[in-house]
Amino acid sequence: MPLSWALLASLLLAVAGYLIGRSRAFAVAGSDIRSLHSRPIYHGASVALMTLTPAIIVMIAASLLRMAKALSPEAVGLVGLLALAAGIAGLGWGITRIGAGYQARNVVERIVMGVLIFCSSIAILTTAGIVLSLIFETGHFFQKYNWLDFFLGTEWTPRFQGNSALGILPLLWGTLYISLIALLVAVPIGMFAAIYMSEYASKRVRGIAKPAIEVLAGIPTIVYGLFALITVGPMLRDYFAQPLGLGNSGSSVLTAGLVMGIMLIPFVSSLSDDIINAVPQSMRDGALGLGSTPSETIRQVVLPAALPGVVGAVLLAASRAIGETMIVVLGAGAAAKLGLNPFEAMTTITVKIVSQLTGDNDFAAPETLVAFALGLTLFVITLGLNIVALYIVRKYREQYE
Amino acid sequence: MTDLPMPQSGAAPVPKSSLMVADTRTRRRNAAEKRFRLYGAGAIGVALIALVVLLTSIIGGGAGAFRQTYLSIPVALDAETLDPKGNRNPDEMSKVLTLSYGKVLDRAVDAAVGSSEIEITDLSEKDISSLVSKEASAQLRNRVLADPELVGQTVDVNVLVNGRIDGYFKGRVTMESAAADANTSPQQLMLADALKEQGMLVTRFNWNFITNPDASDQRPEAAGVGVAILGSFYMMLVVLLLAVPIGVAASIYLEEFAPKNRWTDVIEVNISNLAAVPSIVFGILGLAAFINFAGLPQSAPVVGGLVLTLMTLPTIIISTRAALKAVPPSIRDAALGVGASRMQSVFHHVLPLAMPGILTGTIIGLAQALGETAPLLLIGMVAFVREFPAAPPEGLFDPASALPVQVYNWTQRADPAFVERASGAIIVLLIFLFCMNLLAIFLRRRFERRW
Repeated sequence: MPLSWALLASLLLAVAGYLIGRSRAFAVAGSDIRSLHSRPIYHGASVALMTLTPAIIVMIAASLLRMAKALSPEAVGLVGLLALAAGIAGLGWGITRIGAGYQARNVVERIVMGVLIFCSSIAILTTAGIVLSLIFETGHFFQKYNWLDFFLGTEWTPRFQGNSALGILPLLWGTLYISLIALLVAVPIGMFAAIYMSEYASKRVRGIAKPAIEVLAGIPTIVYGLFALITVGPMLRDYFAQPLGLGNSGSSVLTAGLVMGIMLIPFVSSLSDDIINAVPQSMRDGALGLGSTPSETIRQVVLPAALPGVVGAVLLAASRAIGETMIVVLGAGAAAKLGLNPFEAMTTITVKIVSQLTGDNDFAAPETLVAFALGLTLFVITLGLNIVALYIVRKYREQYE
Repeated sequence: MTDLPMPQSGAAPVPKSSLMVADTRTRRRNAAEKRFRLYGAGAIGVALIALVVLLTSIIGGGAGAFRQTYLSIPVALDAETLDPKGNRNPDEMSKVLTLSYGKVLDRAVDAAVGSSEIEITDLSEKDISSLVSKEASAQLRNRVLADPELVGQTVDVNVLVNGRIDGYFKGRVTMESAAADANTSPQQLMLADALKEQGMLVTRFNWNFITNPDASDQRPEAAGVGVAILGSFYMMLVVLLLAVPIGVAASIYLEEFAPKNRWTDVIEVNISNLAAVPSIVFGILGLAAFINFAGLPQSAPVVGGLVLTLMTLPTIIISTRAALKAVPPSIRDAALGVGASRMQSVFHHVLPLAMPGILTGTIIGLAQALGETAPLLLIGMVAFVREFPAAPPEGLFDPASALPVQVYNWTQRADPAFVERASGAIIVLLIFLFCMNLLAIFLRRRFERRW
């Protein structure tokens, strides 16, 4: 790879530049170092940065051109030489500028500031990348497939030979159904756990329960997925679904929902903990002083005061549940169905994104491109939930500060 | 006096309530209180039980992957089959296919079974030959090619046995299930029992599970997580080299220098939203941007690393900013007061003081990235990879797998032996995560400073 060699060479050049710059600065200063505007290391650093910056800019520009197919692969070697030449030119220019009055520190700090700003805008670039790639490919998809059929279709049957029915409604239904079950499990348990830990638990109980719940938060979702697949799914099937005559499938809406609920417990409990602690102590003291029991204080004073925060937490948990992938891939099944039976296998948006985009992809077929439209839908839903939730939480925080 | 009717007798009126005796209302309220408390304790109990059940089911299911049954028998390495030219040149010997080694091995197993005087009715030829794993002949071949002088001698070898036999000793396969299984038979299991009694079959710790690459569908006994561990390690390397410098630089700017204006507001909102974007969307971004647009190879650790970098950046930025915020302003004021520039005050004083907090957040972010699966599925990490990637930097572009993806991959296979492997891989993953979190806790305890 000639570019990596060029990068290495320019790094060496920069180190050399640093040493030269520093010793030149010492030489210029002579016996009295105070005559310099900046300390010698800044002179060294300025030469090094002036060497590195043009070389790296050339390399980045070349890589971008290469990605946009405007540059042939053969030209890469040439680009390496060009980058090196730019580096050497920068080195020369940097060395000539060294002098007693040269404000090396200011120059270095300005370049470093530029780097800091660039790094902080990477977050923006990421978002832009996500939005652009999703919109671009979704646009391709809607050229091949009617958008009304996509958003209002109740059938999901992708076929290899084309002529597929790609309606999002069954997937959306599965997603919402599973998320609803997950929230029904996670919200009460998480809230009660948080209330118990902040209002009732002794120090010892808290010392055990809190880290244990945090462990639950640190477990990767693939572990929950496997748990659903090998333990929860068969258990629900053997003890509930088959005796009740409701189904024979190990993977079901209830399996995925239960396990996802367990996954969300620590999330809900830590959010609720923050919210409950944000309610001022004086409100609690007032209620207790009037003779209410601790549970009455919580139910009638703390929770109503914390309600907006609780709503925000539930929305954030919902957005987590909707975007969760591995648990539903392993626990929910692959059949796109519009049904009410929770022991039946259903599927979600994320499962279908995975199944349409793994394996050999043909990026001209609507069966592949539909994954981008699903991704865009998912992104819009979760983003909407997050924005609303963050808005509510922020509004509520201001109230008591 | 009033006109109200007076109690007839002169006894004192019975008080309506007493502090000593609880009335119904108080009793009801206290009962409600007790119930509420019980709900809370119950919620914590449910969470703890879920954790315990989760861990025991995974560890119980996966512990078997670390033990494996081997057959140790003497094998006569026939020179005519294995080295037809007779010059012990590894290059020419490598033309001999694995199939011939399989025949050599078959003969050895036959001999061993014959000499041990085991009598089992209805024991077919196939039962004996399929006793050892299909991988065993390849292992024997590698061993001979590494040391050609072995040809012509009779050597003691330890070969993997078939996954069904191994499952029999681990309780996964029973006589009843074997009768219905085309790949094994009750006779074969009886033979295995007899061999075990004679000490030829041993079950012992299985290092190969940690060092071996993945194996194909028919040979679960040979599958290991070696390539996956290496791939995960490479990705963590990329994340460490990219996410940490970028994340710290971004946090420094946002926390220390950024003016309060619309642009920085946009960045802030953006970061908190990015932290909540579903991970699979990052996978779509990786597929569209790094593979389709930038033309990077599929299933390469570098692509996985880039995707995970973008994913962990918000986490690292949020925790780094918290660490920077915890450094009191007096430190900055003192530095500025003695004539440091703002940049110097940050890099010479604030950053070193915030370092423990930054490291803790970084390790937690890395742990999150290590367990992430969904985005890696989309960039082709699910592919079946048997070759170890080369050393970095070239190795970063070689196909590799990753631990969580390997788990997913094994759950999609038909043979139930792979479920045990998947749980075993999860144990390996959890051990790594445990160590990382321990390190984070240690750093926090040891270096954290309260102002």
